[in-house]
Amino acid sequence: MARAATTVDAFNAVAEPRRRQILDALAGGERPVNDLVERLGLTQPQVSKHLRVLREVGLVQVRDEGRQRIYRVNGERLKPIHDWVKGYEQTWQERFERLDVVLEDLKKEEGDGHRDE
Amino acid sequence: MDTVTSSGKAKVTLPTDTQILITREFDAPKHLVYRACTEPELIKRWWAGLRGVVTSVEADIRVGGRWRYVMKANDGSEVAFHGTYREIEPNERVVSTELYEFPGAAEDDATLNTMTLVETDGRTTLTTLVDCPTKQTRDAIIDSGMEGGMQEAFDKLEEVARSLR
Repeated sequence: MARAATTVDAFNAVAEPRRRQILDALAGGERPVNDLVERLGLTQPQVSKHLRVLREVGLVQVRDEGRQRIYRVNGERLKPIHDWVKGYEQTWQERFERLDVVLEDLKKEEGDGHRDE
Repeated sequence: MDTVTSSGKAKVTLPTDTQILITREFDAPKHLVYRACTEPELIKRWWAGLRGVVTSVEADIRVGGRWRYVMKANDGSEVAFHGTYREIEPNERVVSTELYEFPGAAEDDATLNTMTLVETDGRTTLTTLVDCPTKQTRDAIIDSGMEGGMQEAFDKLEEVARSLR
């Protein structure tokens, strides 16, 4: 599937592992840039660069508080990614529901003496 | 159809750009889950899910042995997957390759799947880690689930059918 450039596509923005780490760090609540720099063990310019990409695709939002810039996740923009995986998960869910039926039969077959009610 | 006891929820995550991790708990000991995943007559009964029927299963379950599943989808089309068993630890772990037989598919496109079974108190957690050769392959596999909407429709239908009994 063709994907748009990093800067306009949430899928590509989260393809970079560091950016996923940033999103993970922000999942617990909003954080100032310094805090992210510390957590990720990257330089401030590196973190700022990743944050800019995430901001451009709308995955994070920023607000100023005094001299600090505070970032937070924008869950709404993560939804397409979530939905994308959900479809595949659903396929497995259906398979496994049929596997449950097979397993019930195997348990019955096996359980002559020690059947649990 | 039988009623099924407390089944788990399949969980899919993407640990890295080239991996898919599928996890599910079953209310059965691991030797039975292993049988259901390795014996052709049993595989036939569940592998197509709600998407169609499995028409053929070969599973030569030994290291270097080949497997191949063919499914006739609800829309009448046939889809097939095949691969080779790489590692086998009965009731514990199966490592195998998997290739979707689309036109022009090359063996390099195969994924490496590691299925692990862990039993706790008679329940088994099945974990399958799908290692893809490229991110493109991984994404194409996830895309294949996009008919989710259709599948949900089937689920609904089943619910309705159940309520009529």
